[in-house]
Amino acid sequence: MGENYDIIIVGGGPAGLSAAYSAEKNGAEKILILERDREAGGILQQCIHNGFGLHHFKQELTGPGYAHRCYESIKNKKSIEILVDTMVLEIRPDKTVLAVNPEKGLMELKAGTIILTMGCRERTRGAIRIPGYRPAGIYTAGAAQRMVNMEGYLPGKKIVILGSGDIGLIMARRMSLEGCKVQAVLEICPFSNGLTRNIVQCLQDYDIPLYLSHTITRIQGKDRISGITAAKVDEHMQVIAGSEFDIDCDTLLLSVGLIPENELSRGAGIAIHPLTNGPIVDQHRETNLPGIFAAGNVVHVHDLVDFVSEEAEIAGKYAALEVRKQTKEPLKDIEVVPANGIRTCVPQHLRLGAEGETVRLFMRVRQPMRKVKLEIRSGGKILLTKPLPVAKPSEMIAVDLPAEKVAGLAEKLEVGIKEGA
Amino acid sequence: MEREADVVVIGGGIAGAAILSELTKYQLKSILVEKEPDIASGTTKANSAILHAGFDAHEGTMKAKMNVEGNRIYHERKEELDLDIEWTGSFVAATNDEEMDTIRELLERGNKNGVPGLAIWSGDKLRAQEPNLSQDIKGALWAPSAGVCWPFGLAIAFAENAVMNGAEILRECKVEGFEKKGNAITAVKTDKGTIQTKYVVNAAGIHADEISALAGDTSFTIHPRKGEYVLFDKAARKDMVNGVIFPTPSKTSKGILVCTTTHGNTFVGPNAQDQDDKEDTSVTVQGMNEILQSAKKLLPNLPMGAAITEFAGLRAVSSTGDFILGKSETVSNLLQAAGIQSPGLTSSPAIAAYLAGILVQETGAKKNEHYQKGRPVRHTFHTLSNEKRKQLVKENNRYGRIICRCETVTEAEIVDAIHRPCGARTVDGVKRRTRAGMGRCQGGFCGPRVTQILARELDIPVTEVRKEMRESYMFYNKDKTSGGKA
Repeated sequence: MGENYDIIIVGGGPAGLSAAYSAEKNGAEKILILERDREAGGILQQCIHNGFGLHHFKQELTGPGYAHRCYESIKNKKSIEILVDTMVLEIRPDKTVLAVNPEKGLMELKAGTIILTMGCRERTRGAIRIPGYRPAGIYTAGAAQRMVNMEGYLPGKKIVILGSGDIGLIMARRMSLEGCKVQAVLEICPFSNGLTRNIVQCLQDYDIPLYLSHTITRIQGKDRISGITAAKVDEHMQVIAGSEFDIDCDTLLLSVGLIPENELSRGAGIAIHPLTNGPIVDQHRETNLPGIFAAGNVVHVHDLVDFVSEEAEIAGKYAALEVRKQTKEPLKDIEVVPANGIRTCVPQHLRLGAEGETVRLFMRVRQPMRKVKLEIRSGGKILLTKPLPVAKPSEMIAVDLPAEKVAGLAEKLEVGIKEGA
Repeated sequence: MEREADVVVIGGGIAGAAILSELTKYQLKSILVEKEPDIASGTTKANSAILHAGFDAHEGTMKAKMNVEGNRIYHERKEELDLDIEWTGSFVAATNDEEMDTIRELLERGNKNGVPGLAIWSGDKLRAQEPNLSQDIKGALWAPSAGVCWPFGLAIAFAENAVMNGAEILRECKVEGFEKKGNAITAVKTDKGTIQTKYVVNAAGIHADEISALAGDTSFTIHPRKGEYVLFDKAARKDMVNGVIFPTPSKTSKGILVCTTTHGNTFVGPNAQDQDDKEDTSVTVQGMNEILQSAKKLLPNLPMGAAITEFAGLRAVSSTGDFILGKSETVSNLLQAAGIQSPGLTSSPAIAAYLAGILVQETGAKKNEHYQKGRPVRHTFHTLSNEKRKQLVKENNRYGRIICRCETVTEAEIVDAIHRPCGARTVDGVKRRTRAGMGRCQGGFCGPRVTQILARELDIPVTEVRKEMRESYMFYNKDKTSGGKA
């Protein structure tokens, strides 16, 4: 088969669609998107609630609405082809992609550049080791969301949700709207990991109790789950003996974190960052393998799809320029290092030419903090400060470093948080 | 339902399935009854998945005899039955002089039992092969004939071979009692009807004492001993082990081991908790801490973050301390295959041959001239060459649709698993035949899809598809009063 493409995009969610849009705009001529689901759009297709697109499209959209907007922007482009129901089996460093679908069978495809936009997946029960039985009725929140919103079935009727990440919160509301009883949302941290608006709109508006600093110590029920034992945890997340209590349920939904889906990246030999669990990228989202780019949740888990699109447009642009050999050889490589208070920062390094370019940095803090100051330093000098009234691990911080400051960089960039604004 | 049989085998674990398959080599009408929706749902599904070499059991015991012979039969039949076995060999690691003495005893015992190729290795030689193991290990007993296997896969292979050769397997069929004439059973009463039979084989695992008592033989009891395990992601294998590493054993258990699986995962476990409840397969915090702490003695840098699931199984420990095999002393046509704890998985084909031998002698049954070896061909897309994959998709385009992302399982493999002899009826049944849902996401993505394929292929509503056990329904209908279909 050995077909040649300018750019192959692995994954047809918002990142893949936005990358294709941008790549086409920047001159790429033969772009192929490979999507494993039956249609493009990714997980957005099952996110039927609203709250998407305020930044990117300046309009509040539902998940499918946002996906549709992305799709509309590319569907009539002759240079962009989408193959759905198609699984990528292997990506090789020489930019060959092995994929399969029922219609075309096994395909070996060659690309000028590749953009990885595989997104992320949910952590499961095993990763957090909940003791007890292994009955039916335990689902990740996303799997349950798909069943309810796309397939038309309920995971159960009396629900406990572990984890107060956004998917967990959204599902608490969704199950309530379906007439189910949501008994409780449990969160092991002393703070919620979801957006504040979701705590209000999904829990408080439906009188669903949120138990902070609580976890599950036992799952009951041999065939189908019949209840859980909850317990309070101390500041080291250790269960406080004697604090256990039982909650009846027929369903447990898990919203205990997301992991970038990088099995293909690892197989290709792409370097993965131990904290983001995504490829180490430069400001153009190019990985350590020349010509292989990555963007969106596969690089680091975002909380807003708008930023996913933005990041993917960067990757799409530079993947297109690279195909046309319009990128310049970088003269220096500047490391971006998270300092005090900051857990992760993307990109992890900058590859810079003689001229500067505006660089947007995305970061997450370690702990919830109030009235802090973000500080970016290099070579002992403060390049930029930004006061933040609130900083939470669940809300990604984005900050632009202007071109003139980037141009002069000679030493590593340190990004930190200071108390007191 | 009224049925007639020459032999009824009670219990669809590895022992029952191996016995059923062995019986089809003779002109005997055999029926296996299993109370759960699928076979291999008890001890067979949750154990260490090791085919032991046979140096543990004392010379002259049934365990010693059956272990070495069972291991030999697996070597012989691996290709024919397309069994998922990797002959990795095993080590027993010793960390002090006392333990070195113990492994020398094991070597001697193994030699008496007829175990081939045993040898004592130095700690350094062991670490050259298993570099992540502790520096504290002074030496190890090497047993080249040991291996790791896909335990439910073995039971399923025997069941498929048995059904292919005319045996019948009745699932969700629970034995409730027996009809007897004098000290002989005349029929097995189940919740699905009565089966008239000439012989009964009791391979009821953890419940074998209850079945035996129902038939009138109370000469033994079985008590459950729980073992808990933690399974690790394939990606963690480089930080773990390539084979099977036991600690030096204690009196009650072979100890908490670190072990690879046939598909490249690694696990640690089991502990040994005696309990009364024959249903309690729950995992506990204490248990998990115990096994992880113990495993660290062998493997100091256990990659804790790479754990993907934990599970527990129950060993069927008999009151005699050995396997209970052969004719009951009180019921004339009842054969026991009870107390099949470790090394039961390894011993099962030998137990099958032993019991079939008794039945043939008793009945004078002739050989089945039409007996066919093997089982229907399986295609595992994941492991095939690209040439073969291309050809398969051309023949059946469902090989082109990947359902389980983590383990690269295609729709065609799942459909095949459902329609094979003794095919899958549940989501876990599909998992145990194809690995769909076995991977790092543990069915988070493919579980709902597998449910929908099961509903389509079995022509039942999605809401009737179960995960594993009788009442383990996966999904409910949307309540009409609460918004209707989305």
